[in-house]
Amino acid sequence: MATTTLASNALTKDEILRYSRHLIMPEVGLDGQQKLKAARVLCIGTGGLGSPLALYLAAAGVGTLGLVDFDVVDFTNLQRQIIHSTSDVGRSKLESATEKVEAINPFVEVRGFETRLSSDNALDIIRDFDIVVDGTDNFPTRYLVNDACVLTGKPNVYGSIFRFEGQASVFGAKDGPCYRCLYPEPPPPGLVPSCAEGGVLGILPGLVGIIQATETIKLILGSGDPLIGRLLLVDALGMRFRELKLRKNPECPVCGVNPTVTELIDYQEFCGIRGEEVPVTTNVPEIQPEELKRRIDAGENIFVLDVREPHEYQICNLNGHLIPLGDLPKRMNELDSSREIVAHCRSGVRSGKAVDFLRQAGFRKVKNLAGGILAWADRVDPRMPKY
Amino acid sequence: MKIFIPTPLRQYAGKKDVVEVRAATVGEALAQLTSTHPDLKRHLYTEDGKLRAFVNVYLNDEDVRYLSDKENTRVKDSDHLSIIPSIAGGRDVRSVRPNLLCPITRWPNHPIRKAARNDGD
Repeated sequence: MATTTLASNALTKDEILRYSRHLIMPEVGLDGQQKLKAARVLCIGTGGLGSPLALYLAAAGVGTLGLVDFDVVDFTNLQRQIIHSTSDVGRSKLESATEKVEAINPFVEVRGFETRLSSDNALDIIRDFDIVVDGTDNFPTRYLVNDACVLTGKPNVYGSIFRFEGQASVFGAKDGPCYRCLYPEPPPPGLVPSCAEGGVLGILPGLVGIIQATETIKLILGSGDPLIGRLLLVDALGMRFRELKLRKNPECPVCGVNPTVTELIDYQEFCGIRGEEVPVTTNVPEIQPEELKRRIDAGENIFVLDVREPHEYQICNLNGHLIPLGDLPKRMNELDSSREIVAHCRSGVRSGKAVDFLRQAGFRKVKNLAGGILAWADRVDPRMPKY
Repeated sequence: MKIFIPTPLRQYAGKKDVVEVRAATVGEALAQLTSTHPDLKRHLYTEDGKLRAFVNVYLNDEDVRYLSDKENTRVKDSDHLSIIPSIAGGRDVRSVRPNLLCPITRWPNHPIRKAARNDGD
């Protein structure tokens, strides 16, 4: 563990030149820059939020930057995860991010953790850092990060995004509220749509991640008015920033007066995600893409029902009849129950629900295209775009 | 008064971002909202009628839970209510590659894994 003596944080001539625009402003100055150099910040995740975070914290001269990621770069990441490049697809995110951080600022010491943060390793990983920045993308890890920060007394710089809306705050600061003060419990799985279902504006994690980076720098410098006890709401579409008051909940299970959570728990279970629910399975009759193709080619009279949204239909389609799942109950009259119907969506989940609904409504000859249009693209028509 | 609907819940509110209601209290305003948009009700309230723990309602910039009269707080036409659900960002855990989702490999304290450990794993 690095000791933070003033001598070890003295700036070299090269560093003084590099940070000169910081050094000439009184709010940072030499003292502030040395604080940055002494600081040890842990970024959980190098995805949408983690990309701008890691890049800016590195550029600003944060001395020790911890990066936690277990994932591999894929093509759908590139629209927002700007720390990774096209040539990094297939590589480990940690490796790719480390390389970019070192390229931006070789004075930064990167400590990489190629692992999924878990109840078993979180306290050990967090222990050697001063500030934790939460750039995760799922509820179990968010609660894990929050609880681990409260238990170890580290501030947790929070950011979260959905479509074109974001939230940011600083949790776990001394006397400040934590994430559980705001949300004691996570939503049950499936009730709140995810970004994978709902999409996310690529710029938004940039906007929110930079707010997190700004708060981190302010905490290190000890200057300004940090987002402690305030929840910043970002609406990129309306370009409005609003602010809500957050209070420390005396009954908070982790940071309250009589905490009931005194060690890390099983956050999968806490978030209602259990093995038997994964992956999502449907008990509706299915047809494989190859069989559908063969039967269409043979001239069979099959009615293809596409239950996705119109903007998805524009991306790619099987010339099916489009009725979005949500409209199905009121547009059922467009379907002929005597014909054989094959319903599909992107991956087969929504159309599974559609088939289930139609069968309950008395349709007998309706099947789900297994794996959706993605499986069709993989196994029948490689020219079909995937999204 | 205006009620701001957050993006994840707009699909249950006729895709609207703001719903106008006329009400005397916070409770009345929410009741009017859910009677106009019944699909929202399931997302805002538990089956026994309590506001869900992952949904916060703010009157202007104050959490309704911390107002002395809570849902009986009187409101003016110029006030606004905001519904603030928790959002995780990124992806739904369930959409992660299945091998990463296996609870046994991902969660070392999963009972099955614990049992395996006890068997000398």
